Amino acid sequence: MTTVIKAPGEPAAERSRGSGRPGGGGRARSDGMVLNVFSHGFLAVWAILIVLPLVWLALGSFKTDSEIGASALSRPTNWHFDAFARAWDKGIGGYFGHTLIVLAFSVPLTMLLGSMAAYVLARYPFPGNRIIYYFFVSGAMFPVFLALVPLFFMVKRLDLLNTYQGLILVYIAYSMPFTVFFMHSFFRTLPTAVHEAAVIDGASDTRIFFQVMLPMARPGLISVGIFNVLGQWNQYILPSVLMQPQSGSDPERYMLTQGLIQLQYQMGYQTDLPVLFAGVTIAMIPMLVVYLSFQRQIQAGLTSATLK
Amino acid sequence: MSHVARSKGRAGFIAGFLILPLALYLTFVIWPYVQTFGYSFTNWSGQSPTFGFVGLENYAALMEDEVFRSALWHNLLLLVFVPVITILLALFFAFMVNAGGRSGAGGVRGVRGSAFYKIVYFFPQVLSLAILAVLFGAVYRSDTGGLLNAFLAKLGLVDPAHPVEWLNQPDLVLWCLLLVVVWHGVGFYLVLFSAAMQSVPKDIYEAALLDGAGRGQTFLRVTLPLLWDSVQTSAVYLGIAAMDMFVLVSTMTSGQFGGGPDHHSEVMATVLMRNFLYFGKSGYACAMGVVMLLLTMILSVVTLRATRRERIEF
Repeated sequence: MTTVIKAPGEPAAERSRGSGRPGGGGRARSDGMVLNVFSHGFLAVWAILIVLPLVWLALGSFKTDSEIGASALSRPTNWHFDAFARAWDKGIGGYFGHTLIVLAFSVPLTMLLGSMAAYVLARYPFPGNRIIYYFFVSGAMFPVFLALVPLFFMVKRLDLLNTYQGLILVYIAYSMPFTVFFMHSFFRTLPTAVHEAAVIDGASDTRIFFQVMLPMARPGLISVGIFNVLGQWNQYILPSVLMQPQSGSDPERYMLTQGLIQLQYQMGYQTDLPVLFAGVTIAMIPMLVVYLSFQRQIQAGLTSATLK
Repeated sequence: MSHVARSKGRAGFIAGFLILPLALYLTFVIWPYVQTFGYSFTNWSGQSPTFGFVGLENYAALMEDEVFRSALWHNLLLLVFVPVITILLALFFAFMVNAGGRSGAGGVRGVRGSAFYKIVYFFPQVLSLAILAVLFGAVYRSDTGGLLNAFLAKLGLVDPAHPVEWLNQPDLVLWCLLLVVVWHGVGFYLVLFSAAMQSVPKDIYEAALLDGAGRGQTFLRVTLPLLWDSVQTSAVYLGIAAMDMFVLVSTMTSGQFGGGPDHHSEVMATVLMRNFLYFGKSGYACAMGVVMLLLTMILSVVTLRATRRERIEF
């Protein structure tokens, strides 16, 4: 709690209101103190509401199915990790791998292609520049549901349904509006003088982009990169339409989000909820680690993304 | 800059950098968007290569479709309540975090541990909706194995023999889903509003304080007007989220692609997906997509107009 020190030159209004409060015997209790308790109370309640369900779910991985069913407030009796092992075997490991494969390609390629387009649009005036820019940016305004039906048949015609390549390409395309928008404003702020110096030194346009401009845009790249990782990692609608096995012999290549929902259906029938909870916990842990390591950038990145 | 671009050979460079991004974007985003409008005037099933032009028949059928109409109504309800509740809570917490620690000496300051609160509150934002669906599916369980029922039973508010069937109660299900969205969103908008509050110069607050403004007055007369731009943006974003709702509804409620019990939690996105993937009515589903787009656009324009204020420079 903050200790309140009364400054000698405290505004009169503050003093008069402060004295109206029930003061603790002799101690200087001002408005600030009361408000501090008040705000901490509300803030703590919401913090508990956020943390409690998550911790409760993670604890469920250590319970037995009957313990989960009996009462939510039961404590796990055995602290074995076998539910985690079973969840991994039930497919979480595979779903994890599929998601990693897709993101390993889709995120770097999104960043590269998005930056290339944004760079050209930001720094090279040519006829049609504005039109192409608005073309790219306008995609962010439409709900993905609008495109879903034709998109499915487009991917099908290209024979890319239920393939990693197909999903990678679709992810890149749907990340393009935001990436171009964000990087465009970033490239505009880079000083022209550096560009000109590089031109005088005889560097080609391509070289300037890769060796001068891209390294200078690193802070912007990090923000958009995090945004794209989060967005693509958490995507559910696109894979659930595009990554369905087309025939019985087709291997399933579910993404982690799809896999969790799949597991939820399975475990509902097989009544092995600890496995489901362990699966969710496994899916949550990397997000928690990434979040805690980058929380400053994540908060800043997502905030500026929304405000721009 | 322009003299750089005017020299010869630049055209090849520009085209080279644009061609791939543009090709991908046109193929997978723009062209499907455009096609949706076309398909929405056909009776295309999706499977057959042939289909007929039916004009506005799909749209007329939509107006008759009871399920779609209730879905539309639910979306509109969410459209009002999700932004209002989320923004009010986020503003309240943001004000607490940033100005709650006001003391006599230092003017306005955040409470101790404000950084901690921001970290905790924001966390749901990085979780996927699939995780939220499983988590809240367990929280809302219809026996005392569910967190909510167990707590209420412990407090004596719910009879343990007859717990509340949260997601199977026709009049509760939508509000249960709404709480999930609010739980997910408040932290993000808190951080957003915090960033905006911190960019307000301290002396404005100090001046208000000197003039004798109380907490409530400071908030209503100083903070809120200066934050209005962010509030407006938030309303549009939350409105767009409330138009979607697909993941939560389709995974947490009963029925093919969710919507149950008895269509009481139906939203447009779930009706669309069911018609597309389950009934194979692709043309009809496309018409729904177009309606969703129109509503989203109307929503954005209305929100921006209704909340328009004089822009305050500081």
